[in-house]
Amino acid sequence: MDGALMTVEGLSVSYGDFRALHDISMRFDRGSIVSIIGSNGAGKSTLLNAVMGINRKLSGRVVFDGADITSMRTSAIVAKGVTMSPEGSSVFEDMSVHENLLMGAYLTNSRDKRARMTERAYGLFPALREKSGQLATFLSGGQRQMLAIARALMSDPKLLICDELSLGLAPVVVNDIYDRILDVNEEGVTIVLVEQEVKRSLEFSDYSYVLVKGRVVIEGRSDELSEDEVKDAYFGINKYA
Amino acid sequence: MELFVQTVVSGMLVGGLYAAIGVGLSLVFGIMGLTNIAHGSLMILASFFVMFFSRQVTGGVVTALLLTLAIMALIGALTQGLLINRVLDKGPESALLVTFGLAIIAQNVLQLVFGADYKSISSPFASVNVIDTRWVIVSGEYMVNFLVSVAMLLALHLMIRKTRLGRSIRAAASNVVAAELMGVDTKRAYIYAMCLAMLTGSMGGLLVGQTFGFYSYSGMSYLIIAFGVVVIGGMGSILGTLIGGFILGLAQLLGAYFFGPGVQVLVGYLALLVILALRPRGLLSNMTRK
Ligand SMILES: Nc1ncnc2c1ncn2[C@@H]1O[C@H](COP(=O)(O)OP(=O)(O)OP(=O)(O)O)[C@@H](O)[C@H]1O
Ligand SMILES: [Mg+2]
Repeated sequence: MDGALMTVEGLSVSYGDFRALHDISMRFDRGSIVSIIGSNGAGKSTLLNAVMGINRKLSGRVVFDGADITSMRTSAIVAKGVTMSPEGSSVFEDMSVHENLLMGAYLTNSRDKRARMTERAYGLFPALREKSGQLATFLSGGQRQMLAIARALMSDPKLLICDELSLGLAPVVVNDIYDRILDVNEEGVTIVLVEQEVKRSLEFSDYSYVLVKGRVVIEGRSDELSEDEVKDAYFGINKYA
Repeated sequence: MELFVQTVVSGMLVGGLYAAIGVGLSLVFGIMGLTNIAHGSLMILASFFVMFFSRQVTGGVVTALLLTLAIMALIGALTQGLLINRVLDKGPESALLVTFGLAIIAQNVLQLVFGADYKSISSPFASVNVIDTRWVIVSGEYMVNFLVSVAMLLALHLMIRKTRLGRSIRAAASNVVAAELMGVDTKRAYIYAMCLAMLTGSMGGLLVGQTFGFYSYSGMSYLIIAFGVVVIGGMGSILGTLIGGFILGLAQLLGAYFFGPGVQVLVGYLALLVILALRPRGLLSNMTRK
């Protein structure tokens, strides 16, 4: 791991009068897997949407690969190499699996590169190749999640963000998808995993942040954080008090 | 029997034109969830432009049409970019009010400039019959209306289904956040969609201007036809719009055939109600909106 690929510095976001994120700072090292752990409403999606240029930021900075992307349009951020698989694996329901993948390569002009990326996506998730002509609306929950990730990878990103990919899926399916994420990481893609579940997040990541009510309450190397310690912070209990 | 065959053929032919009238309304609803009340009035605005340019400026319908298409696309881009996109964030209701305002402005300006007389655009095909048999007679004008309309809808269908621009428009229609995450500028996709609606509406304006004539307030009658077509076919589906046009055209003319010309419009809308009762979302509706 040589240096930060992305940093978030003092980021705050509010919805009207409600402050959803307070002064968040995070660092995402090249080639690493970073997890952001938090319960319902902790502000995880708010943070990701702010990074991707979908939410407006109140203050703070986001720097990616040496460039200040704080006030860039989403399309420019994607073009720089950040991509996100959104919460609820929202695929384009009335498009085929293949068309969904093409949408992922929307900013890629080279036909060769699109073909190469499509091959990589199908190689990673062979189940999708079998369904390539089918409308996404007919996919199972696990296949949808695979498609959302495969679609995000079509832009050949340096950083892949997955918002709650395990949501509503059976554990075996989740483990399978996590293994594929590790494969993607092996190829050199930096990964951000956003989850509610503590154990799996610590297991699969190099570094973790715990978000409670819009603040980072604990952070550290995932192998140095104990599950209990994280859970206590997570549930807002302090057993030493 | 001859008259029945003639009625069916005429119903299909006029139905093709109805589809061309409705498709812009369907497109805008399918993509941004907006019911464009100004659809008919803008169509008639295009009729006036073609009439005016062909008489005063160019002398020919083709150049007048090209000029009109350019102006209408520009009007579409400006209203979408400067007005509708800004209010759309506050929900479709405010945007609907904007289009209502546009309709009223267009009607009043047309009334001020051109008065309240019926106008028409001359058609080179009006006086020739392309089919003239014992069973059916089809005038060149009706045949041209039909062929132009169907060709236009098929082209639009292919554009939306098969091209990158079409995919980006569908993505914006299906899920704004996901589309943005792919790098689509969804507001711009809306502008393109509105331009497409204006272009097809202008073609409709030319064709009805040649065949039926128009005046400053004709827009509302065409809006009602467009509604009928789109509700029967299903909002957002282009092929559905084509089928909706055929059904409305056939129902109107068969209604006139069986019950007399006085009830033609009534029977058309009875057919609409029956279809709505059976399939509340229309026959085809493949652009899913949340
Ligand atoms: N568009 C919005 N308008 C107002 N408040 C919002 C909006 N979106 C989120 N919030 C609020 O901001 C807080 C953080 O929400 P966010 O969706 O970021 O949480 P999350 O950590 O992603 O939760 P989940 O695990 O349920 O996805 C919550 O209190 C939520 O109610
Ligand atoms: Mg969330």
